[in-house]
Amino acid sequence: MVTARPDPELAAILGGDEAAFEELFKRYHGPLLRLATSYLGDRESAEDAVQETWLTCLKSIDRFQGRSSFKTWLFGILVNVARSRRRQRSRLLPFASLFGRDDSDSRRPAVDPDRFQADGRWTSAPDSWTDVPEDKLLGRETQAMVLVAIQALPAKQREVILLRDVAGWSAEETRTFLSISDANQRVRLHRARAAVRAALEEYLK
Amino acid sequence: MTCREVVELMTDYLEGALSPADRDRFEQHLAGCEGCTAYLAELRKTLRVLGGLREVPIPGHLRRRLLAAFGDWRTSSRVTGGPDREQ
Repeated sequence: MVTARPDPELAAILGGDEAAFEELFKRYHGPLLRLATSYLGDRESAEDAVQETWLTCLKSIDRFQGRSSFKTWLFGILVNVARSRRRQRSRLLPFASLFGRDDSDSRRPAVDPDRFQADGRWTSAPDSWTDVPEDKLLGRETQAMVLVAIQALPAKQREVILLRDVAGWSAEETRTFLSISDANQRVRLHRARAAVRAALEEYLK
Repeated sequence: MTCREVVELMTDYLEGALSPADRDRFEQHLAGCEGCTAYLAELRKTLRVLGGLREVPIPGHLRRRLLAAFGDWRTSSRVTGGPDREQ
């Protein structure tokens, strides 16, 4: 079988060029780390999982068939690494928060109903955060707060918002990677964004 | 459409998933509603904050470890006939 075109990222690694490899792991470090943190909780375990992901990638790249993009394959390795670490942990910590309710796919309103009058108009309308300076909006402190808000989301929403809005994946890449429908991808994204916006509103006021 | 309905369609709107008729009604509402326009502006700012989380500097120890692993991989795959293997 002839594949249409070799994945340029895969070709970069297989070509053996160290600078190209470094470029790749720089590109994916943030997204991989954020995703790993969402599964494992702390930064140190997350960094460790990212390292193992790259080591596994190098170990098995000769067997990679190119059925998905290199990126999807790499992130799949990370999810497997993180899951197996969680399993090891849950033997030590009984009843981890794996059984919490997750209504990510529900069609209930994502925006607090108290924000609206009986006729559906705003009671207290948003203000565009026009008074918030750019450097505060995009600053470290705000980022740290947003990371906490993401971590507080149900797992299904968390992975969607991390892939879409943090890693910058397309809707199609995300729903394929997570094996979910287009509609569920969008509902989860909607709920996650609404929650993060609400957390930002609270923080910025 | 009411504000309460419009905010629940924001993601569908940004994703281009509304039918042309719904998109028109959505945009008509937006044109006459400061509150919903502000909500959309806040969502867009939220997306910028989220995008700002993409880049994280790599700790030196991790960079060194991975470059060393890459060097080892390159050496061993040359020995075994890679990296230019064909399938």
